[in-house]
Amino acid sequence: MERLIGIFIATILNHNIALVYILGMCPLIAISTSVKNAKGMGIAVVIVVTLTGIINYPIYQLLKQTETTSLALLVFIITIAATVQILELLMEKFVPKLYNAFGIFLPLITVNCVVLAVSLFFVNREYTFSETAVFSFGSSLGWMLAIVLIAGLREKMAKYADVPKGLKGKGIVFVLLGILALAFIGLTGLASI
Amino acid sequence: MKLIRLKYKKWFNILKDGISVNNPIVVTVLGICSSLAVSNKVENAIAMGLGVTFVVMASSAFISSLRKLIPGKLRMVTYMVVISTFVILVQMTLEAYFPIIAAQLGAYVGLIITNCIVMGRAEAYAVKNPVKYSLVDGFAAGMGYTFVLVVVSIIRESLAFGTILGFRVMPASFTNWSIMALAPGGFFVIALFIWGIREWLKFYESEA
Repeated sequence: MERLIGIFIATILNHNIALVYILGMCPLIAISTSVKNAKGMGIAVVIVVTLTGIINYPIYQLLKQTETTSLALLVFIITIAATVQILELLMEKFVPKLYNAFGIFLPLITVNCVVLAVSLFFVNREYTFSETAVFSFGSSLGWMLAIVLIAGLREKMAKYADVPKGLKGKGIVFVLLGILALAFIGLTGLASI
Repeated sequence: MKLIRLKYKKWFNILKDGISVNNPIVVTVLGICSSLAVSNKVENAIAMGLGVTFVVMASSAFISSLRKLIPGKLRMVTYMVVISTFVILVQMTLEAYFPIIAAQLGAYVGLIITNCIVMGRAEAYAVKNPVKYSLVDGFAAGMGYTFVLVVVSIIRESLAFGTILGFRVMPASFTNWSIMALAPGGFFVIALFIWGIREWLKFYESEA
């Protein structure tokens, strides 16, 4: 139990998947223009990453038994695409309101590196099932925290800051990300992954 | 003669655009994840850049040769399968011939699949154009990516470890800036790089 709590805290703070491992940058930079959109994308990512982490774990065990782990990449990406597709269909049928609120975020998730990265990391670190579940959930929450923080900062900057011409738009986001990453790295040693 | 010149011009333009005006990292800001995570050492950057270039070229050529057969609705899944097959090839080659680099790159080799550059070139160019131009376009995008990666990694490795490709370049009294090997260093260097290139190309974004 202690280890699970440790993993949970580490994945949100000092091993934050966005700010320390630098993953999922493309959607983070593209969608962090407003806090509202950032939240939508964040929630979608939490759902998909947690689900695919839990689904990919037994599949990987199966691959291990049949000694075809070299195909893991191919299998993982198909699982992810299929999960997103099924989730989209189910939501459209049963919770159309939520589906409309998510809009384009769901299909975009297939190419979010965080989803695939979580599946590859649990393989590298040889986690058990419960560790994988906590790790997937924590990582996606950490990513959501990063995108909402950046979106909030960008909203304020758009109003009050005088950014140099060449850094406007995406350039300045990297400076913000760097400063945030420094703060998160300051927590190194808080919990181990 | 005129025809040949025109043809040559098109090839050359695709190449030039991929490296400067359409540079995937600096202008369209794609493929950032892998580029920042592996650019703390020059050798990793070169391995990653060449891997991505190979995958973009191979998958662009493959997808463009099948472009009349791929049904519109299934094209994303088809891209995924094609791309991941080539990525597995890269991963196996690295593991077989360069085990040390493969260990350092770790999961990031697998993440070439979700590198937006590969998918972006397939969707924006390869499905609409013949094989030979797709190949050149893939090569240009890959080279633009490798170029940024290598320059960023030269700055980061020389400041973080005082070396380039393992050779000492900084004087012995130089104190290593260990922050450069970590994520924030990557963010700052890329921000400066984007700033520089955009001032040079006079490419500005209007939003803040």
